[in-house]
Amino acid sequence: MSDMMKVSSNPHVRSGVTTSNIMMWVVIALLPAAGFGIYNFGIDALIILLLSVFSTVATEFCYEKILDKKITIGDFSAVVTGLLLGMNLPCTAPWWLPIIGGIFAILVVKMLFGGLGQNFMNPALGARCFLLISFPALMTNFVTDTYTSATPLAALKAGEEVSVIDMIIGKIPGTIGETSMIAIVIGACILIMLGIIDLKIPGTYIVSFVIFIILFGGHGLNGAYISAQLAGGGLMLGAFFMATDYVTSPITTKGKYIYGVFLGVLTGIFRVFGVSAEGVSYAIIIGNLIVPLIEKYTIPRAFGIRPVEKKEEKKA
Amino acid sequence: MSEENKGALGFKQDTPMERFLNGLIVENPTLVLMIGMCPTLAVTTSAINGVTMGLATTFVLALSNAVISLLRKVIPDTVRIPAFIVVIASFVTLVQLVMQAYVPVMYQALGVYIPLIVVNCIIFGRAEAYASKHEIVPSFFDGIGMGLGFTCAITVIGLFRELIGGGTMFDVQVFGEGSVVPGPVGYFFSQYQPIRIFIQQAGAFIVLAVLIAIMNQVKFNMEKKGKDTSKFGVGGCCSDIEIKDPKKVKEELLAKERAEKAQIGVKQEQIKPSDIKVPEKEPVKVGEEDKK
Repeated sequence: MSDMMKVSSNPHVRSGVTTSNIMMWVVIALLPAAGFGIYNFGIDALIILLLSVFSTVATEFCYEKILDKKITIGDFSAVVTGLLLGMNLPCTAPWWLPIIGGIFAILVVKMLFGGLGQNFMNPALGARCFLLISFPALMTNFVTDTYTSATPLAALKAGEEVSVIDMIIGKIPGTIGETSMIAIVIGACILIMLGIIDLKIPGTYIVSFVIFIILFGGHGLNGAYISAQLAGGGLMLGAFFMATDYVTSPITTKGKYIYGVFLGVLTGIFRVFGVSAEGVSYAIIIGNLIVPLIEKYTIPRAFGIRPVEKKEEKKA
Repeated sequence: MSEENKGALGFKQDTPMERFLNGLIVENPTLVLMIGMCPTLAVTTSAINGVTMGLATTFVLALSNAVISLLRKVIPDTVRIPAFIVVIASFVTLVQLVMQAYVPVMYQALGVYIPLIVVNCIIFGRAEAYASKHEIVPSFFDGIGMGLGFTCAITVIGLFRELIGGGTMFDVQVFGEGSVVPGPVGYFFSQYQPIRIFIQQAGAFIVLAVLIAIMNQVKFNMEKKGKDTSKFGVGGCCSDIEIKDPKKVKEELLAKERAEKAQIGVKQEQIKPSDIKVPEKEPVKVGEEDKK
């Protein structure tokens, strides 16, 4: 009886989905790929992942402590940023690289623009590009005890043969989190089944990238080449975990398709015509920058509001 | 001294000293007015570049201000921009030839940005906004103040970019490999890895943003101490942004809210049932619809 009589303002029905919930699931979905990276590259990879996560979380905590703001490290978004950043670094990186990257990601890209929800680009990718421009040699040093060859994408660009099976499993050199296509897809499936991400952005991204590669890649409908391009580099990681970032991707359905196609074409351009073999991270941060524009032109018409031209017709 | 006559930092308006400080601090062209961004972002890859560029600009700015001020009654209003360009361009050519002769290294380093001083926004802005309306002496000092303000700002930007992005300070290796600092401190310094992005364009934006933030903080602190900063950034892009103490703002808002609440309370008491008027029904106009 008393329950029924309780009067409160709306909303009356709340879903159990919270930011920290979603972010926790993203962390869990990232674990297979991160785990495979640690298995593939050894203890160095684990140390880099931990340093990176520690750096992002500590930066967020310190910033909010110093500026006397609400501490938001509990929402796990800093952990996601740190994990993604770590997975985007090569395991040969010196210890201070993930720390500088983490500080840049949180302090400059996220907090100075107003914290979670206000960042204009994906913090992890912003930091990756910052590091890539600042320390190009350290960021592309993929030579370890196990792997002495170039990354498959670089080999592919040089016109060498690569083993597609190895690329799909992930026994290849590369950054910590990007090598194993299988592990990333497992994580992505978890997120898709939970409804945290949908296939609109990754789907259009990958499909448009494949079409671009078929048209301009110079190999035509060569199955091995296409699957090597798909499994190599950060395409899978980027498409499922970074392009779908809630804050920096469009919210309108039409906008999501446009965004996905834009990313696919841009990645294709960078990979086929660019100097370096990889272009996913630059494609996504450039995509992030045009998201406000995409949203501006794809806002759906509100129910019950007539388009302007019809009004004028009636007047006449 | 009336309130209207008061210039920057409490000095009398349009005196040499006031103009000088105004350009250097209060209306610093780079950090407050935010004009002349092109050389600011492009040539500040090192501190020495900043100094040279700044001094060249100061020279042109001071002399062109003086000449334009002298000619202000001669120049017809409709062709003032070409007239300004002629004056400014002659001084820029002077600077360019002198630099080419005596500091060829700097001339090479700054390249196209030396002739581009002709279209520098600061010089045009000052000619248009100040020199063409004021006496020669304050105009000359306005040019010197603005020029030195610009020099200081871009030198500091260059200093930080050079130090972070290359580990050097005025071309002396401080951080990174080959550090000139001896002993264990030097060893520690030599471990530094230059963050190359700061030498590139993105770094210029980051350093500039940090400096502007510091400038705003200085302004905020001055306001806190009760100094008059209303003259800060007059006519600049950020002149309409007022920085307030967040605590004060909160108190003000709370006070406003309380006042509103009190008013609502009073109103509610005043309304009596007899006061409430039932609106009469409007007479329905018959035939209005049919006419349409």
